[in-house]
Amino acid sequence: MSFVQNFPFFSIILAMFSGIVSSVLSGKKARNLSLAMIVVTTALSAGTLAFCLKTGESYTYMMGHFPAPWGNEIRAGVLEGVTAVLFGVVMFLSVAGGMTHTAEDVEDSKLNLFYIMIDLMLSSLLALVYTNDLFTAYVFVEINTIAGCGLIMIRQKGRSMSAAIRYMIMSQLGSGLFLIGLSLLYDVTGHLLMSPAKESVELLVDSGSYRLPLLVIMAVVSVGLAIKSGLYPFHYWIPDTYGYATPTGSAVLSGLVSKGYIFLLIKIFYRVIGYENLVGAQMINVLYLFGVAGMVMGSVHAIQETDTRRMIAYSSVAQIGYIYMGIGLGTTAGMVAAVFHIFSHSATKALLFISAVGLYEVSGDRKDFVSLRGAAYRNPLAGIGFAIGALSMVGFPMLSGFISKLLFATSAFDSPSKMLPTLFVLAVSTTLNAIYFLRLVITLYSRRREGDKPLPPNPVKKSSRGLKFAIVCFIGLNLVLGMASQPIVQAITDGLAMFE
Amino acid sequence: MDVSLVEHLLLNIEETVSIVLFGIGFTILLLHRNLIKKIMGMNIMDTATYLFLASKGYITGRAVPIVVDGIQDVSAYINPVPSGLVLTGIVVSVSTTALMLALTIRLYERYHSLDLDEILILAKEEEQI
Repeated sequence: MSFVQNFPFFSIILAMFSGIVSSVLSGKKARNLSLAMIVVTTALSAGTLAFCLKTGESYTYMMGHFPAPWGNEIRAGVLEGVTAVLFGVVMFLSVAGGMTHTAEDVEDSKLNLFYIMIDLMLSSLLALVYTNDLFTAYVFVEINTIAGCGLIMIRQKGRSMSAAIRYMIMSQLGSGLFLIGLSLLYDVTGHLLMSPAKESVELLVDSGSYRLPLLVIMAVVSVGLAIKSGLYPFHYWIPDTYGYATPTGSAVLSGLVSKGYIFLLIKIFYRVIGYENLVGAQMINVLYLFGVAGMVMGSVHAIQETDTRRMIAYSSVAQIGYIYMGIGLGTTAGMVAAVFHIFSHSATKALLFISAVGLYEVSGDRKDFVSLRGAAYRNPLAGIGFAIGALSMVGFPMLSGFISKLLFATSAFDSPSKMLPTLFVLAVSTTLNAIYFLRLVITLYSRRREGDKPLPPNPVKKSSRGLKFAIVCFIGLNLVLGMASQPIVQAITDGLAMFE
Repeated sequence: MDVSLVEHLLLNIEETVSIVLFGIGFTILLLHRNLIKKIMGMNIMDTATYLFLASKGYITGRAVPIVVDGIQDVSAYINPVPSGLVLTGIVVSVSTTALMLALTIRLYERYHSLDLDEILILAKEEEQI
C-alpha cells in the first residue's frame, strides 16, 4: 500500500483536529490555523488525485481493523479527488475573501468559534466526498448541518438567527428522511457499506423481490438530500440563509454545502442503488421535473427581489435546478454535465458573493439597487469580479457557466423524450438569468443620478487585501474551468466510470 | 380493507408503529408553528427511526450480545449493529436538539415569542427600522 493512500483519511482527521485545537486559541490564531489547514488538506487531496490519475483506478481504504463487509471504509477515485481539491480551493478563497468582514460581524470572543465551524465544515465535506459507508455519511451530514447552522447564527442579528432556525428545521426534515431511508436499506440489504449493499440490491432487483421497499428507499433518500440541498420546491430556507449569513458563510453555504449533499446523492445513486435501477424505476423523472421547475421558478423569484444578496441566493435555486435536471436526464452525459455544473456553480457563486461584498463596502453597506448604482466605478476590481461571475451564470463563452450549459444542451440529445423540454427550459432559464444578472451589472456600471437616495456618510471603504486576492483567484478559477474544461470533463467521465 | 394487509401490518407491529410515529413527528416538525413543539416533533421522528432499527436488530428468543457465560456461538445473540447505530443516532439527535433549543432560547429572549411565523415577521420589521 502506498503512503499516498492514507491522504484522504489524514485530510479529514486534520480538519477535525484543527477544529478541536481552535477552541482554545484566540480568533486570529484560529483563523491562521484554519487557513493553513485548508492549504494542507487541499494539497493532500491533490496528492490523492495525482495518485488516482497515475494508477487509473480507485481504491478503498480500510478504517480500523475490520475488513468489509463489517468495518468502515474510505474510497478515493479521480472524481473524489477533483471534488475535494475544488472544495478546498473554494473554501480557502471564501475564508480569505471574507475574513475582515467576519471579524467585523462576529464578536471578538466568539471569532474562534466561527473558524471551528469552518474546520468542521471542511472535515465533514471531505468525509461526505470520501466515505464508502452510509451511516458514516449520515453522521457527517449531521455534522455538516450543525456547522452550517453555526456559520449562520454566529452573526447575532435577528434575521440571521431566524434564518438559522429555519435552516435547521428544513435540514432536520431532510436528515430524518435520509436516516429512515438508510434504515430501510439496511433492513432489506443487511449492509451499510456501499459496495456490498449494491451487490445485495442487484440480487434483489434481479429476483424482483422487495420492489416497493426499494422504490421507497430511492424516493426517501432522494427527497431527504434534495431538501437539504435546496431543490425547488424545498427552497424556502435558501434566500434568508444565504442572504443574512456572513459573506464567508454565504459563499461556503451556497458554494459548497449544498454541493456536498448532491455529491453524496450521486454517489448513492451510482454506488448503492445503481443508476440503471433508478432510471428503470422512473425516479429520475421526478428529479428531472423538480429540477426543470426550479430552473424557471428560481429565476422568476430572483427577478422579483430588490435586495441583491437575496437575488444571488435565489439564483442558487435555479442553478441547483440545473444540476438536478442533469441528474434527471438519465444518461451518463447528463450526469457529467451535472457534476461539471457542481464545480462551475461553486466557483461562480462564491465569486458573486465575495465580489458583492466588495461592492457593498463602497455603498455604505447597502444592498439595494439604487445604492449600488455606480458601485463598480467606486471599486473597479469587485465590479469586474461581479460582472464576470454574472456573465458566467448567464453562460458567456470562455467562462465556466458556458461549458456547463453546452454540456447540458449536448447531453439532452441523448435522451429523445426529454430533448425538447430540456432545450426549451435551458433557453428560458438563460434568458431569465440574463434579465436579472445583467440588470444588476448595468446598474453597477451606470452613473448615479440626480435624486437618488443619498448614501450614508463615508460610504467608501477600502477593500482588504484578502478580498482582492480572493476575487482575482476566483476569476482565474472561472477562466480555468471555462477554457481548460476538457481535462476536467475527462476526469469527471473517468471518475463516474470508476463509481460502477 | 384487504384482510391480508391488516394481517401484515399486525405481524410487523413495531415497524408499523415506528413508521406512523415517524409520520407524526415529521408532520409536527414541518407544520407546527410553535418552536418547542417542532423540536418535540423532531425528537418523535428520530425516536421512531430508532424503534425501527432496534426492532429490526431484535431476534426473538436471543440474548443481548454481551458474552458473560462463555457462549460464543453467534446464534445465541441478537444483531448488535442496529443497536450501535441507534446509539450513534441518539448522540446526533441530542446534539441537534441542544442546538435548536439554544437557538429557540435566543429567539425567545429577543422576540418574546415561540411562534415561528411571528418571529419571522418581527425579524423582518426589526431590520427595516
